[in-house]
Amino acid sequence: MIVGNRKSFEEILEMIKPYKKILLLGCNECVTVCSVGGEREVGVLASELRLWSAKEGQELEIREHTIERQCDHEYIDQIRPFVGDYDVILSMACGAGVQYVAEKYPTKPVFPTINTTFLGVTLEQGVWSERCQGCGTCILDKTGGICPIARCAKSLLNGPCGGSSNGKCEVDKETDCGWQLIVDRLKELGRLDLYEEIIPIKDWTTSRDGGPRKRVREDTRL
Amino acid sequence: MKTKSNIERILESGGFVVTSECGPPRGADPEVIRSKGALLKGVVDAVNVTDNQTSVVRMSSFASCILLKEMGFDPILQMVCRDRNRIAIQSDILGAAALGINNMLCLSGDHQKFGDHPKAKNVFDMDSIQLINTVKTMRDEGRFVEGEEVKGKPMLFIGAAENPFADPFEIRAARLAKKVKAGVEFIQTQCIYNVEKFERWMEMVRVRGLHEECAILAGVTPFKSAGMARYMKNQVPGMDVPDEMIEGLKGIPKEKQPEEGIKICVETIQRLREIPGVRGIHIMAIEWEEKVAEIAKAAGLLPRPQLT
Repeated sequence: MIVGNRKSFEEILEMIKPYKKILLLGCNECVTVCSVGGEREVGVLASELRLWSAKEGQELEIREHTIERQCDHEYIDQIRPFVGDYDVILSMACGAGVQYVAEKYPTKPVFPTINTTFLGVTLEQGVWSERCQGCGTCILDKTGGICPIARCAKSLLNGPCGGSSNGKCEVDKETDCGWQLIVDRLKELGRLDLYEEIIPIKDWTTSRDGGPRKRVREDTRL
Repeated sequence: MKTKSNIERILESGGFVVTSECGPPRGADPEVIRSKGALLKGVVDAVNVTDNQTSVVRMSSFASCILLKEMGFDPILQMVCRDRNRIAIQSDILGAAALGINNMLCLSGDHQKFGDHPKAKNVFDMDSIQLINTVKTMRDEGRFVEGEEVKGKPMLFIGAAENPFADPFEIRAARLAKKVKAGVEFIQTQCIYNVEKFERWMEMVRVRGLHEECAILAGVTPFKSAGMARYMKNQVPGMDVPDEMIEGLKGIPKEKQPEEGIKICVETIQRLREIPGVRGIHIMAIEWEEKVAEIAKAAGLLPRPQLT
């Protein structure tokens, strides 16, 4: 899923300063699962804003609304009947959601309330961890199912570097060395022979470096 | 013989190589390099010039190499993958060769988190092993990374670093084997304090015959004090300093500690020279370049061969 962190209340206040009527728009997908932008978090932020407006004597009208997905236009269309009643949309979705809502309502300011951070997994209740950087050319078959691009601080394809110590990364003693994990897993699988192969220099054209990416599947188009 | 490198020439004649390093200044004053260089004159066969080590911005390795070249040294251009993509790296390789630099040391590079610009974006378009292969392909096949022809091959002797003390220990020789396969010709190791562990690593290296395919230059760094030894152990990633060494230094009056640090370093060199497969010594006297000559002399590494 896509994981994010909520922005500070102060930063959000700064964005909405010139506005009175706010549509606080949640998303029922990834950001709900990682507890940052679903119906519950919409309620929390709305309460924070109302408390602030009461305390400061500022007029503020807030509508809370959560849609299924902010990355599909049929759901974004659902707010069309009332979006005109508001000065600004505060989106609680990932960066993709914020942009798609903005694209659909060109005359409406749409602001982010979360910082989108990574593609990851839930390690335990309240803990998420990065697993993928969406480079567009998966090599997990060569690296024991552990991605060196996402999990090595230097994205080394032929690691580990000299900074791997006691299974941890030189960047942070709390972070596992991705290459230690790869070596351990290859050993477990009886495939340390894969470690002997040099992974060649990567073609980054499928990654962000190749420019904004788009995928078209003719067979599924209407 | 592929290049004009002093290291390659001495190795070819069966000799024992001595290298040291010169850390460029955090400013534009060339005299810093020249005065550090003066301390190494006649003491070493080639001088490494670090590339923004520990991710602190310094005078470029390239420019500093040229200053040393002008003094008659055979500089070793260190290059990290942290700050340049394949376009910049290959361009610098061509420029270095054009200006008469004969050696290159291919490194991944410390993470920028440790330096003075931790907010920087890192590159890592390639890693150290792919960098070795890039230089090799440009030099021997006359091709750039993506296949185009190099007109005028860069004749560089290819080096890399290896840390025998990093984890996981069991794949350390396997990783060196990948560097050899990629085309590395000499290796300078991380500072060695734990000689027993280094011997175990060399054993794994010899089992694979890697010592015959690339020259291993064993790295040493003298301690100035017990405090420095403690710092190296606790703060420098991948460093193995035995506790008894730190305790030994602590038991000596502070003013005598530098002398003891030199003594330990000389003894370490003498032990390393006896290990089969060690083809040279790399003395990294960090901000203590004035001691390299003393260490080399005491360890019986002088005089250096006269190359014409």
